[in-house]
Amino acid sequence: MSEEFKVEILNPERSFLVKEDVSEVVVPAFEGEMGILKDHISIILFLKPGIIKILSKSGDENFYVEDGIVEFKNNNLSILTSSIFNLNDFDKTKQQELLKQAEEEASKPEINDQSKYLVDQKIDVLKSIN
Amino acid sequence: MATLDDLKKRIASVKSTQKITKAMKMVAAAKLRRAQENAEKGRPYSEKMNNIILNLSNGISDKENAPKLLSGTGQEKVHLCIVLTSDRGLCGGFNTNIIKKAKAYFQKISNEGKTLKIITVGSKGYDQLKRAHKNDIVERISFKDSKTINYLDAEKVGKMIIENFEKEEFDVCTIFYNKFKNVITQIPQEQQIIPLKTSEVEENSSEDNYEFEPDEDEILSNLLPKNISTQIFKAMLENSASEQGSRMSAMDNATRNAGEMVDKLTIEYNRSRQAAITKELIEIISGAESL
Repeated sequence: MSEEFKVEILNPERSFLVKEDVSEVVVPAFEGEMGILKDHISIILFLKPGIIKILSKSGDENFYVEDGIVEFKNNNLSILTSSIFNLNDFDKTKQQELLKQAEEEASKPEINDQSKYLVDQKIDVLKSIN
Repeated sequence: MATLDDLKKRIASVKSTQKITKAMKMVAAAKLRRAQENAEKGRPYSEKMNNIILNLSNGISDKENAPKLLSGTGQEKVHLCIVLTSDRGLCGGFNTNIIKKAKAYFQKISNEGKTLKIITVGSKGYDQLKRAHKNDIVERISFKDSKTINYLDAEKVGKMIIENFEKEEFDVCTIFYNKFKNVITQIPQEQQIIPLKTSEVEENSSEDNYEFEPDEDEILSNLLPKNISTQIFKAMLENSASEQGSRMSAMDNATRNAGEMVDKLTIEYNRSRQAAITKELIEIISGAESL
């Protein structure tokens, strides 16, 4: 029996990626990284900034996400996100740009704890990508 | 009666107008295809989003403490209306239909003695509403500069709405836009987005038992603001497809009318030319006879 399932990444504008032969997906869930395998229980997750790893027969892929929601049901994994970048074409300038944005946001005085946490996460992740 | 020269000039001018409307029709047709594609591409996201929210809101045990975006503020005093129109004219009844729908709703609100606040998106809507509702318009937004409909624009509007909602500036929020049915028909829609109405889609939701991380309430309170932006984005996509469709059929009509006009003017031109020739002939003949 195959151990593969389908993953779909959706943008508001278009469907970003569809892959049928995925063996494992690691997502940066709000309360920690989480690996999802076939026949996982139905779940809805909220994402924090981080790296999505998609492991499949046709090659592994890594994506950087800033936010999003994940739904897993009947071996269909849907990731809804408005900001996602494939790490393969994620260059230095893009990274610096996002980092600058995040740092600006973090330095705002009226930021609340939760968004502060998220922005700090974002900065950490962005700094780790190299 | 118009002289031959005048008629000639008129025919030429109608013909050049026809050329313009024809070109506009072609451009609209090309843009329509793209807008339709975009609308289709955006559909899975908003559908999925709707589904998740539905599942979540069904699973919420404590209705009392549900997020206000879902349950409302408990009163219905101030209504915020977002009127989405186009930035350009020459698209038939497109803007007028939205405005008509919106105005009927405004009337209803003010008859019930409630306060009205309007946000116009797109400059045509503002132009049409400013006379009657100048004092009700709290904000006007226009995306003239962005070439394509993008999510960032929708998010800007969404964030503004959320901010105002958190400041308790309004209780109910409704958006007005045209839903694209086909090239000839666009249906003006009013859709309430705050508090969210979930009843329409309820029947096709299956009873799924999900696990949640973090818990339902937290996801929901994060998700609902996103959903507002998504709904607005969806409305913007539908609207842009409708605009192009409407423009296409309007320009098609205009081209046809111009054609008819050219035919009519040509007949008139030929007749008066013939009349002039006949007149000259009569003059020559009667001149010859009198000799």
